[in-house]
Amino acid sequence: MKARKSLFLLLATFGLTSYFVVNTPQPAHAMHIMEGFLPAGWALFWWAVFLPFFILGVRSLIKITKEAPELKLMLGLAGAFTFVLSALKLPSVTGSSSHPTGTGLGTVMFGPLPMSVLGSVVLLFQAVLLAHGGLTTLGANAFSMAVAGPFVGYAVYLLMIKATGKPKLAIFAAAMMANLSTYVVTSLQLALAFPSVEGGMLASFAKFGSIFAVTQIPLAISEGLLTVLVWNWLQRYNSEELTSLRRRMKGVVQS
Amino acid sequence: MLLVVILLALLPLLFIQAEFGGADGAAEEAIQEIAPAYEPWFEPLAELPSETESMLFALQAAIGAGIIGYAIGIIRGKSSKSKA
Repeated sequence: MKARKSLFLLLATFGLTSYFVVNTPQPAHAMHIMEGFLPAGWALFWWAVFLPFFILGVRSLIKITKEAPELKLMLGLAGAFTFVLSALKLPSVTGSSSHPTGTGLGTVMFGPLPMSVLGSVVLLFQAVLLAHGGLTTLGANAFSMAVAGPFVGYAVYLLMIKATGKPKLAIFAAAMMANLSTYVVTSLQLALAFPSVEGGMLASFAKFGSIFAVTQIPLAISEGLLTVLVWNWLQRYNSEELTSLRRRMKGVVQS
Repeated sequence: MLLVVILLALLPLLFIQAEFGGADGAAEEAIQEIAPAYEPWFEPLAELPSETESMLFALQAAIGAGIIGYAIGIIRGKSSKSKA
């Protein structure tokens, strides 16, 4: 019975996934800063800001796989989750479409640094193959989705665990805030590059913010729910592995 | 939970009359409003037909979903073995 129920859930997710992918009302182009739409100076600047995090991320990935090779499967799962979610372009209340980031799950499992690598791999895939985002703007987009989002999400997770002690609520909040903050940072990046003639940077920020962030709120809630859903699956089948993941991660971080 | 996600996605489609274009397209327009002189200085490497693009998005989701299924399968197998 249990097996049948989970099979149904899997099928439902799959169906939902393909439904939204096939039925996206508009051809690609959903989120992130488009190719060529950041002036060269800013593009370089965000690349420079992003790279140190990427290097640290690679180091932490190497460390994790070396010291706890049994966690590789979970790493793959976290990466795959980002892959799926960032392909789901969902319609939103503002009448435009956008997509979740999927970085919350991995952040909660492994901390923010490994996600800087997993997230930017997804962005690279989309920039090269899907003309979604871009190579010149990859630094900026990777910073918002793979660095800022996970770090904010992780902070929210720790805070919520401390404040409420309810892990599921904390995971929901973390995934949601990781998603929201990604697009707040995107708005900020655009505002910095394109300050409004009257009103300056802040006016621009409000403008871009209203395009991205408001669209993003219902999607952020969806993302929070989906993350908890996957977390529940994991917990049902091996709560042991999840607790040992916690333990191992602590060991890896401290050593 | 899944139901809420589906509703969140479907309700806007039903109640709001709009194009549901990408939000980055909207940002593109905003940029042109603020800085009309700005020219994108770099073009995407390849502009694929939109049909091909949606195929690639589907592929992306399929790869991800496949890996998730595989991982959960392994985890389940392990847990049922340890119980037996």
